[in-house]
Amino acid sequence: MNEDIRLMKGNEAIAHAAIRYGVDGYFGYPITPQSEILETLEALMPWETTGMVVLQAESETASINMVYGGAATGKAVMTSSSSPGVSLMQEGISYLAASELPALIVNVMRGGPGLGTIHPSQSDYFQTTKGGGHGDYRLIVLAPSSVQEMADFVSLGFDLAFKYRNPAMILADGVIGQMMEKVVLPEQRPRRTAEEIRKQCPWALTGKTPDRKRNVVTSLELDSAIMEKNNERFQRTYKEIEANEVRYQEYQTEDADYLIVAFGSMARICLKAVEEARKVGVKIGLLRPITLWPFPYEAINNIAKGMKGILVAELNAGQMIEDVRLAVHDNVPVEHFGRMGGIVPNPTEILMSFTNKFGVKF
Amino acid sequence: MAKVHGAVVIDEERCKGCDLCVAACPTKVLLLKDKEVNNRGYHYAYMAQPEACIGCSSCAIVCPDACIEVYRVVEK
Amino acid sequence: MELNQIINPANKVYSRPALLSENTMHYCPGCSHGVVHKIIAELIDEMGQQENTIGVAPVGCAVFAYNYIDVDWVEAAHGRAPALATAVKRLNPEKLVFTYQGDGDISAIGTAETIHAANRGENIAIIFINNGIYGMTGGQMAPTTLEGQKTATTPYGRRVDLNGYPLAISTLLAQLDGTCYVTRQAVHTAAAARKAKSAIKKAFQNALAGRGTSVVEIVGTCSSGWKLSPRASNAWMEENMFEKYPLGDLKNADVEK
Repeated sequence: MNEDIRLMKGNEAIAHAAIRYGVDGYFGYPITPQSEILETLEALMPWETTGMVVLQAESETASINMVYGGAATGKAVMTSSSSPGVSLMQEGISYLAASELPALIVNVMRGGPGLGTIHPSQSDYFQTTKGGGHGDYRLIVLAPSSVQEMADFVSLGFDLAFKYRNPAMILADGVIGQMMEKVVLPEQRPRRTAEEIRKQCPWALTGKTPDRKRNVVTSLELDSAIMEKNNERFQRTYKEIEANEVRYQEYQTEDADYLIVAFGSMARICLKAVEEARKVGVKIGLLRPITLWPFPYEAINNIAKGMKGILVAELNAGQMIEDVRLAVHDNVPVEHFGRMGGIVPNPTEILMSFTNKFGVKF
Repeated sequence: MAKVHGAVVIDEERCKGCDLCVAACPTKVLLLKDKEVNNRGYHYAYMAQPEACIGCSSCAIVCPDACIEVYRVVEK
Repeated sequence: MELNQIINPANKVYSRPALLSENTMHYCPGCSHGVVHKIIAELIDEMGQQENTIGVAPVGCAVFAYNYIDVDWVEAAHGRAPALATAVKRLNPEKLVFTYQGDGDISAIGTAETIHAANRGENIAIIFINNGIYGMTGGQMAPTTLEGQKTATTPYGRRVDLNGYPLAISTLLAQLDGTCYVTRQAVHTAAAARKAKSAIKKAFQNALAGRGTSVVEIVGTCSSGWKLSPRASNAWMEENMFEKYPLGDLKNADVEK
């Protein structure tokens, strides 16, 4: 088989992968640093080939509600944005989760708070993994650290979203969105037929036929007893996802004295730091959570047992560190290294942090 | 000249006694019950002068709760 | 002729629409929503569109519209119905897609979604109930509340210096190139309701034929919010609402071409 290898930006890879997955609709609004997703889709004109709908909406609020409407009809629909735009989307994300609808949302994070900067950041970790919108809900969160993963997580995100009837998010950052890398694009898949959608999504709005009651997609339930039952059902789904879908990658953890936990672009920088440290005999390992929710609590706890310290490296003021601390129950010292405002550190800064926090000599 | 006979059947339990059918009736057939109420406490509509009904459906068309059925016979 | 001779299935000329569910509507006595629901249920049945219709319900008094009309529905977030309908229709172009929205939904919180869906000429029908007040939350001011009208949040009457002017959103929508049919109707009399039914039918036909966005505004009453009897509400509406919101077609591309 000839692999379809290309050189492209992470954002472009998302667009190509979406068409090839057989996505039915993309609805989005331009915002740096992810506008190439919409631009690439418009340039590729998938409505001429696969029949995929691409629409530039009037706002992120409209985009996510278009996704909500499209998802209600059982279609594979997605949107993308960056941090301030994703803040606007929180309403719709809560409705999607509450209505148990599959959908894919891409957040190519930039530095905040507020309008902040257009440069890379990971400061939406809390928003993404702890809720963001109102109510007790969870998003399936995938954190790519390469252009290849940007492409691969489109299909993984949709597969998980449909499997659990829950929205999924690709939480990337400006580095991953903007950098160019080699990527192997997936094979073109056909979009699902109306018949396949009816079969896969019996809950979807496909038109009320005599063989079933009308389908209603709603998050409203004024009877508190039923609303509590609905919430209990959501929580059961979340438990199932937590039990089955934790994903992470380990690098040189077996003999390590110290562990770095980092995701996305930061994990790439930390990988280099691990290699540099090992050149001078300091045994550091790396654990990269791929799913930020469900979070690899157990894996981190097991791997870190007996280690001298964990450094959580993030492009923020310290967000994922809270989950790492929960994972190790204070059995291992956990410290944070972070840069904010769009600054991307180099591997040397990571190693200096080991010296500062743990007294490690290089 | 053809004579038109009409009649309505009102779902008394569905009726909320809004009085709009009474207002809409061109031949003053309908009234709300003065004392009696349905299970939800509404003074429901009834045919006070059934012989005047011409089956024009005006009452049913303006009824927000769809509780009126209309019957009509044209006697030639 | 005896009543029992008249009341015979063969003589039935009006009955509860087949697509109106058995649920008792939660609306207050005399509420215009019920009449409009009934018209929509009748039309979907008469046009043979039950299997082909997707409704988008609003937030507002009609939030439970999906409990009454027997077609597939999605319940939108407040104001977002036209955004949902945009995607529903584009992804399912053969379907009859309509939104059902109140004045707050369409002309306050959802103004952007409404105007842009209409400006794109989405092939949807927008059914808009304008009763000049927020019913569900307890009678607060709407964008369409008349000058001087008392509501829970304008207890001394709407003042334009404080609250701005009543917003005739349909007039605005008629100016957009994407709309093909914009009309303002009422359902307070049998004659008005018949005209409203023709208007909604036309809007549904436009949506199916892909002619662009149709908007049918129904000027309605809110007895509870207005603190009037249903009968007095109709009189107040005719006297006050129709002056600011006159009935009739605001745009009809069929006629203009």
